[in-house]
Amino acid sequence: MAGLNRRGWELSEPLKVLYRTDVAYDSTPNTRVTKDTPMSVSIRIPTTLRTLTAGSSSVTVEGSTVAEVLSSLEAAHPGFQERLIDENGALRRFVNVFVSDDDVRFLDGMETPVPDGAEVSIIPAVAGG
Amino acid sequence: MANFRELLTATKSEIQEVSTAEAESLRADGAVVLDVREADEFEQGSIPGAVFIPRGHLEAQIESRVGEKSTKIVVHCAGGVRSAFAAKTLGELGYSDVVSMAGGFNKWKDEGRDWSTPAVLTPEQRNRYQRHLLVPEIGDEGQLKLLGAKVLLLGAGGLGSPAALYLAAAGVGTLGIIDMDVVDESNLQRQILHNMDRIGDRKVDSAKKTLTALNPDVNVVTYDRRLDASNIEEIIAGYDVIVDGADNFPVRYMLNDASVKAGIPVVHGSIFRFEGQVTVFHPLSGPTYRDMLPEPPPPEMAPSCAEAGVLGALPGIIGTIQAVETVKLILGIGSPLVGRYLTFDALDMEFREFKIRIDPTNEITYANRDRIQVVELEGHCMPAPLVAPAR
Repeated sequence: MAGLNRRGWELSEPLKVLYRTDVAYDSTPNTRVTKDTPMSVSIRIPTTLRTLTAGSSSVTVEGSTVAEVLSSLEAAHPGFQERLIDENGALRRFVNVFVSDDDVRFLDGMETPVPDGAEVSIIPAVAGG
Repeated sequence: MANFRELLTATKSEIQEVSTAEAESLRADGAVVLDVREADEFEQGSIPGAVFIPRGHLEAQIESRVGEKSTKIVVHCAGGVRSAFAAKTLGELGYSDVVSMAGGFNKWKDEGRDWSTPAVLTPEQRNRYQRHLLVPEIGDEGQLKLLGAKVLLLGAGGLGSPAALYLAAAGVGTLGIIDMDVVDESNLQRQILHNMDRIGDRKVDSAKKTLTALNPDVNVVTYDRRLDASNIEEIIAGYDVIVDGADNFPVRYMLNDASVKAGIPVVHGSIFRFEGQVTVFHPLSGPTYRDMLPEPPPPEMAPSCAEAGVLGALPGIIGTIQAVETVKLILGIGSPLVGRYLTFDALDMEFREFKIRIDPTNEITYANRDRIQVVELEGHCMPAPLVAPAR
């Protein structure tokens, strides 16, 4: 997925300096690239957990349910499991996981289906003021 | 060419007139009372709740004040002449259910019906709030609502600072502020209510100085104490909206329980490093804090700003959104963030919105308000069990 920004657009050459310098960019200006990975899902990583992803705010994994997606995330970046899931395999009550904009607690929890191309967001509770 | 008398007679034949008694019963049934007199007449006495538009501004302003054209409208002036012409104009604008009150305000008042001297803006206020008055959704009526509103700020820190500054500037008449800290130099990176001269002062005193210097219309009420189960219900009573800028979970849960019990909306904000979250918990019309977050994280998974740091301008954004939502709640305009969790990521410069739903297993609800016990919370912040209502 190198050369794409988070919205799936390739970046045009002149913009390169304004964006990340750690990835190579294609010189084709702003062309939409079709997805080729099967059941690929992007996960939004909150600031509090970015230490586990070397600072990345978004990780692309595979999976068709919340459980599968989080399991792929754990495989790629160990440490999420214990923070997000309790000893019974359920989501911890202080973590909200959303598929698109819906809270999985009000869907099928860990078994909530995740459509291909969907975005899963992990929103931990913070209390700072 | 008709003379005045002929024109009036012709106009009255085209509109419907009602007596003051009929007008009173229409008003009781929810009809809009529209006062088309001049400002000096209105200010000396008017029917409470009346929409005031001088006849000269009627055509230009009525659609922004009464949008629905099938609304039942009782138009009145001082004696029934101007209101007859106004009723005809309203009919031409498409208002289909308009009547003119014969005898006008003078007869209404002489008969001893309900009237009062309306609150009005002083010339100084008219100048200060001019940019609000120009906005149709605010206007004189909205500005008077703001001046009559009472908002309680939990915390005079990162979120409370911008929220309090904008609410004071907007002319919110009473701002309560709870904070037990003193100003420390490390606060000044983000807490813009305070400054170098205030280091060591109580935050509530520093906040009061800043806010009254900004707008002397605002009555700043300070609470220099720790919010606890023994004082929270008494402190929040009478406030219209609470702005939650607390810095720990137990206080946020206790505020939830007390505000649900009292039926007061809470404009919630929280921040961490580059991320902020903001929503409105309205016990009467949407989910609350316990619906969104059944349990707080253990302390090792939720470091505070003091431990983890925060970008100084971040609370400026989140606290300012809290001020906007507070003003919207007071004015009853727009779509508040009820049931909508807005998150902001400053690094990616992105806002996202998620749905929050009412959790049917949560018993801390407005319907159970008489059975809620507000207690000190620790650890898992589980609420005290519901009790039988006090008799």
